Amino acid sequence: MTTATLTRRVSGGRTASDGVLAVECRGVTKEFGNGDTKTLALRGVDLDARPGEMTLLVGPSGCGKTTLISIIAGLLNPSGGEVNVLGTRLDKLSGSRLVKFRAANIGFVFQQYNLLPALTAAENAAVPLVIAGEYKSAAVKRAAEVLESVDLGERTQARPSQLSGGQQQRVAIARALIHQPRLLVCDEPTAALDAQSGQTVMQLLRRVALDPKRAVIVVTHDNRIFQYGNRVVSMSDGRVVDERQQLVADVAQLDHVA
Amino acid sequence: MRWIALKMLMGDPAKYAGLVFGIAFATLLMTQQVSIFMGIMRRTASQIIDISDAQIWVMDNKVRFIDEVPALPDTDLSRVRGVPGVQWAAKLYKGQVRARLADGNFRNVILFGLDDASFVGAPQEMIVGHLSDLRRPDAVIIDKAGYEYMWPGEEYKIGREVELNDHRAVLVGVCKASAPFTTLPVLYTRYSQALGFVPRERNLMSFVLAQPQPNVPVEELCRRIESQTGLMALTKDQFFWKTINYFLGSTGIPVNFGITIGLGFIVGAAVTGQTFYLFTIENLKQFGALKAMGVTNLRILGMIMLQAIVVGTIGYGIGIGLTAAFFEATGNITHLAGLFMTPQAFAGVGAAVLLIILLTSVIAARKVLVLEPAIVFRG
Repeated sequence: MTTATLTRRVSGGRTASDGVLAVECRGVTKEFGNGDTKTLALRGVDLDARPGEMTLLVGPSGCGKTTLISIIAGLLNPSGGEVNVLGTRLDKLSGSRLVKFRAANIGFVFQQYNLLPALTAAENAAVPLVIAGEYKSAAVKRAAEVLESVDLGERTQARPSQLSGGQQQRVAIARALIHQPRLLVCDEPTAALDAQSGQTVMQLLRRVALDPKRAVIVVTHDNRIFQYGNRVVSMSDGRVVDERQQLVADVAQLDHVA
Repeated sequence: MRWIALKMLMGDPAKYAGLVFGIAFATLLMTQQVSIFMGIMRRTASQIIDISDAQIWVMDNKVRFIDEVPALPDTDLSRVRGVPGVQWAAKLYKGQVRARLADGNFRNVILFGLDDASFVGAPQEMIVGHLSDLRRPDAVIIDKAGYEYMWPGEEYKIGREVELNDHRAVLVGVCKASAPFTTLPVLYTRYSQALGFVPRERNLMSFVLAQPQPNVPVEELCRRIESQTGLMALTKDQFFWKTINYFLGSTGIPVNFGITIGLGFIVGAAVTGQTFYLFTIENLKQFGALKAMGVTNLRILGMIMLQAIVVGTIGYGIGIGLTAAFFEATGNITHLAGLFMTPQAFAGVGAAVLLIILLTSVIAARKVLVLEPAIVFRG
């Protein structure tokens, strides 16, 4: 692959390279264990992610992409380097300040959805607002509106066990978006889904990424969804080995392709 | 977050029921066994409890408990009466004799011989007959449980005759009395009559019951009696505990009940602890997701504590309810009479359940608190 830095027009008429960086990693390293068992998971990674873009992190298993996204999301501390997320040095934050930062600024979409099985779809989607201190009734009401926007308006009272994989992932996306985070991190969001459901979920994430104030980072090794990313960052053995900016079709066209 | 914690807890009805059952079972077992133990211990001193009209018991100074009493010479009664501060003193016989029934069967009975003049130590509540009927020749009064033991299923009937040491005894009344430790019938008669019912010994007076004059402290009078007579003088409360302590220290009863109560605690803690731990482990990813989304360890701990408190409260309530139902259902069974759920058992088991849920939640929470939220990104 060749590295290309391209600026393309996406729907809405704005450019992907406008504005400040949402994520800026410089020389990030991460070690696990010590002594003979020490493993170097990241070996000096540089990565940028811009608002209004979807960045795909791709690479084989064990290449460090999950470690990198965990560091960007504030779930792991780097062993070295700088991690600047939304203007805040995460590697300098610790304890409760980091927890508060995550709660306020980051939305999560997990491979296995991680919905609470005892809660309804609306209640699950309302969790971030409840964490932020919102009353249950108001949070659930708002969650129902967000579920409507992901075409699950009819299933607000369904429990996760009553939903298909694709529907569960859409509930997870609604949960990730309800508190309007400026950074959305998604770990293999289509890995547990069939092809059709995977495309639906990616179209949804693509629309999310159109928000000029929000950056979306997706970890994936599903090459069927590479087309949705503005930028595809390839990793191998703890390093970024390739970075490719690409033209992304309009969402309407993507819908058509799907 | 409280409603989320509760929904997580009750979202799996089988596990939720298992948790509640574990606590309820432990509560039932512990409360029931503690109450029965306390009831049995109370029975060892039931005759001391029943005699409410005298504050001081005077006896041989080597007495260890109420059922092992060497007799005193009758002159000791006068010596006690001569102690300054004694308002009155009366003699009391307590012993065991064999009662032969009309059909030839026999039963061992506890016999009380009451002071002829004052009837000090007499039962406080009669069911059939009158206490004054004891003045009749050969008259005895029997306790309710004893009557049902000697004549099971038969209506109360005055005038029944039994033989006590080949002497005719006539039943003139049935009274209420606390069940004794050995569940033997309790017979009351006059002291002079008792001397005819029991094999003759040189001395037969078991106790002197005494009452202090107004304004004379009971403990002070006990000291005076002991110093002047060389006998042992105990308050009712002191004699009650002396008897109970003898049984606690000299029998296997506390060990046996202790083992059962301990097992109840261990089983309750194990069942609840394991179920709660597994429940938490199964929800580890969900807790990890919550942590990733910004829930602090303190709030997670609060959620787990709330779940444990809810399970503990409901389980404890069910267990206490079942224990109360058990004692309610068995209250009319003669040989179980006098056993009831004690406030001490209620409170003590409550503390034990609190300890169980604290231990359980700490063990379960530890796993969550050390959980790296990054676990959510490992598929």
